[in-house]
Amino acid sequence: MLILRALRLVLLALPFLLLPSNAIRAQDAATDIPAAIQAMGEANLRELEQIVADLAATGSDTVVPVLTALGDGNLYLEETSGAVLIERGSTYLEPLSGEAVELGADADLSKIRVNNGLRRDIAAALAGMTLMSDSPARRLTAAQGFLANPDPANIPLLDEAIAAETDANVLKAMQAARAVTILGDDEQSVADRKAAVPLVASGAGRNALTILNSALNGAPEELAPTIQSAIAGLEQERAIWGALQNVWFGLSLGSVLLLAAIGLAITFGVMGVINMAHGEMVMLGAYTTFIVQLVIRQNFPGLLDYSLLIALPCAFLVTGAIGVGIERGIIRWLYGRPLETLLATWGLSLILQQTVRSIFGPTNQMVIAPTWMSGSTEFFGLSITYGRFWIVIFAIIVFLLLLMVLNRTALGLQMRAVTQNRRMASAMGIRTPFVDAMTFGLGSGIAGLAGVALTQIDNISPNLGQNYIIDSFMVVVFGGVGNLWGTLVGALTLGVANKFLEPYAGAVLGKILILVLIILFIQRRPRGLFALKGRAVEQ
Amino acid sequence: MLTQALFRALDKKAIWVIAIFLAVAVLVPMANLLIPPGQYGHVPTYLVSLMGKYLAYAILALALDLVWGYCGILSLGHGAFFALGGYAMGMYLMRQIGSRGVYGNPVLPDFMVFLNYSELPWFWLGMDNFWFAMLMVVFVPGLLAFVFGFFAFRSRVTGVYLSIITQAMTFALLLAFFRNDMGFGGNNGLTDFKDILGVSVQAQSTRATLFAATAIALALSVLVCSMIVNSKLGKVMIAVRDAESRTRFLGYRVEYVKLFAFTVSAIMAGIAGALYVPQVGIINPSEFDPANSIEVVIWTAVGGRGTLIGPIIGAIVVNLGKSWFTTTLPELWLFALGALFVFTTLFLPKGIVGLWHQAWGRMRRKTEHAERPAPPTPAQSADIERGEDPASFGHEAQPKPAE
Repeated sequence: MLILRALRLVLLALPFLLLPSNAIRAQDAATDIPAAIQAMGEANLRELEQIVADLAATGSDTVVPVLTALGDGNLYLEETSGAVLIERGSTYLEPLSGEAVELGADADLSKIRVNNGLRRDIAAALAGMTLMSDSPARRLTAAQGFLANPDPANIPLLDEAIAAETDANVLKAMQAARAVTILGDDEQSVADRKAAVPLVASGAGRNALTILNSALNGAPEELAPTIQSAIAGLEQERAIWGALQNVWFGLSLGSVLLLAAIGLAITFGVMGVINMAHGEMVMLGAYTTFIVQLVIRQNFPGLLDYSLLIALPCAFLVTGAIGVGIERGIIRWLYGRPLETLLATWGLSLILQQTVRSIFGPTNQMVIAPTWMSGSTEFFGLSITYGRFWIVIFAIIVFLLLLMVLNRTALGLQMRAVTQNRRMASAMGIRTPFVDAMTFGLGSGIAGLAGVALTQIDNISPNLGQNYIIDSFMVVVFGGVGNLWGTLVGALTLGVANKFLEPYAGAVLGKILILVLIILFIQRRPRGLFALKGRAVEQ
Repeated sequence: MLTQALFRALDKKAIWVIAIFLAVAVLVPMANLLIPPGQYGHVPTYLVSLMGKYLAYAILALALDLVWGYCGILSLGHGAFFALGGYAMGMYLMRQIGSRGVYGNPVLPDFMVFLNYSELPWFWLGMDNFWFAMLMVVFVPGLLAFVFGFFAFRSRVTGVYLSIITQAMTFALLLAFFRNDMGFGGNNGLTDFKDILGVSVQAQSTRATLFAATAIALALSVLVCSMIVNSKLGKVMIAVRDAESRTRFLGYRVEYVKLFAFTVSAIMAGIAGALYVPQVGIINPSEFDPANSIEVVIWTAVGGRGTLIGPIIGAIVVNLGKSWFTTTLPELWLFALGALFVFTTLFLPKGIVGLWHQAWGRMRRKTEHAERPAPPTPAQSADIERGEDPASFGHEAQPKPAE
């Protein structure tokens, strides 16, 4: 066994000992590659081993497909012509050029057989060759391959490659692979293995913890503490990244809550109207998106990627118009009777839900995500899906726009004036009914915008709004009525708190805890986080 | 003092309501049991249970009316008290199944055997005793309302805020009872009941008895509510509804008045739930749905809040409508319910009872040929004293625009 292993080591290392650098390898094509491949057809196992070594020694990329095919058992000999061919699916390829070969009717194919030992040699030879490849990407893959399947026999190979390596990233991967191999090899000295631990911890990425844990089993006593401290360090790091990931999820949930609640902050916070149909405005916004996408797909398929952007103004206008209608038709009769408004808008929400259910059916509808919103990216240790990312950005934009409308436009000024003193505003010539309608329309329109965003993370069903209405009210009440910043802080706090409670308490219990905490919080501060102060409150 | 309160309560129209429901409690079961099927006047058993269900709803609506109509607290959590009472009753009924369950376990209900419980959770202990279970029917909703109300009213959470946190409470309970490891049967709830007090729940006589019990409970609820609202405490409750700050400045402890009303109301709701469960045969977490609690509000509003008879009429009328719609035009029911909400709040702020008063008042004025005087008429004063808004008598019942 030992002899065999030593033999293989020599065999593998041979080409690299002979050819110390990449530079001279190219010139030294001592082996006639086509002849060697031709010889494979009739060779026995021992001869094959030699040929593989010879081919590997050429260092030429052209032999990679042949060796791969041989290792995978896809290399065939055509008995009549004596040609060696690579099988791919139902076609047969010429090994060097990669061109498909037309087989005659009398073709007689037989597989070139390999055993496990040879297969390992081939894998090692391939890895060695790719490790010395000219392309950094290829070398990186090879190094990662070594990292995944550490074999002490490869250490000299890696040493060789590390010495010749110039690319910093690849070098790191190779060193990590070497460190993993050394750590797992009982025959290495304890000092070497100790030195390898930090490299493993820093370089092996997600698998580092598994590798270190398995190294800890059966590690000599002097080595164990080093590994343990490395594991502790890694776990702490992972905990920090886990917490950051939770913060991200929380922000993402919080921004959804913000979108859903911010329209409510206008109608409830600024106007004092309890709009239980707010969730249905969100739902109508989502259905508007669905219709817009349907129309675009049928008539302008080229614009499909922008359908969400097109849906934004549509949803705003549709839900805003419905909002104005509701205000003119129902709510204006109920000012000063907030509890009645609650009932009337609840009834309205039932009607809207049932209308949508009658038109579109009770089943869920789909809105396809545009290409720029699908997929995800790795940001250090965080995995961030683009969909969520854009929703966070969108929520922030909507919030800022709304803030600007309220504080920097004439309509915003009138809205605030009517909120603070209706009769005085009226006396100053502000058309208060018009402002009421516009305010309600604005709140509803923003709910429609939220609906567009929600199509990306939720099912579009008639019940969509129901899932958000209670949460939205919690956000507004928690943040403090009549204050947009309160809504922002409330939404983000609730989102983050929810995601932090989830791992400990489970999703449902976490939500229950949040509700209970809000109920308790309201006892402490009956008017929310950022309460309005002064006489206006008591009206 | 108690007798005085009793007499004052019975002095009013309430006595007629009580008498009617006591009569119903006797007549309907008799019509069911004594008149043979097919003969004129026979009430089929399913109808007895259905009417029993409506009467249980009526108790619930009356309970809500006590806090909303008389004390100005719009609770969106009365469905939760109702369901808690129902669960207490359901737990008793589950324990009565004994070894007749699918798994044949003499102690554990089926769902616990299925979920690998080794013994009864502590809160199921003693629920096999009927009187203990009935105590829980009263105690659990009462305690929840007391604790919740104590904190909420002490910190002066009022109006819309209170409505929203009661809704949050219901929602939290809904989520909690949906969990399997709460020990309440998860989303399947408690069902498949067999016996109540040793007799089968399915038996015709049991159903008739349950109906009678519900009708009597409703009559008693009316009596209790009438006693409360006609007492001095009732006057203070109405004062709290109409001008809370002013009442507080007059030296009344507003929070205790509200707490009293809220707790009594929750207990009534719990009793209604306990009467509802054996007649329907199931209790599951969907009873905690916030939508249910809001529906109770609309029963009360349709009937006429701030009156004792209104919520009862509202609960029965709306549920009759629901039964009719869901069998003949199921897809239109939500339209009808939604329209009812909008219509009632816009055009019937005083409900059916208010409409009746309005029509009655108009007729009487016509016969008297008198202009509507500026100060309230003696009849109106009496109504104001009873806690009914005089606005419902004149043309002012029409909603006014915001301006």
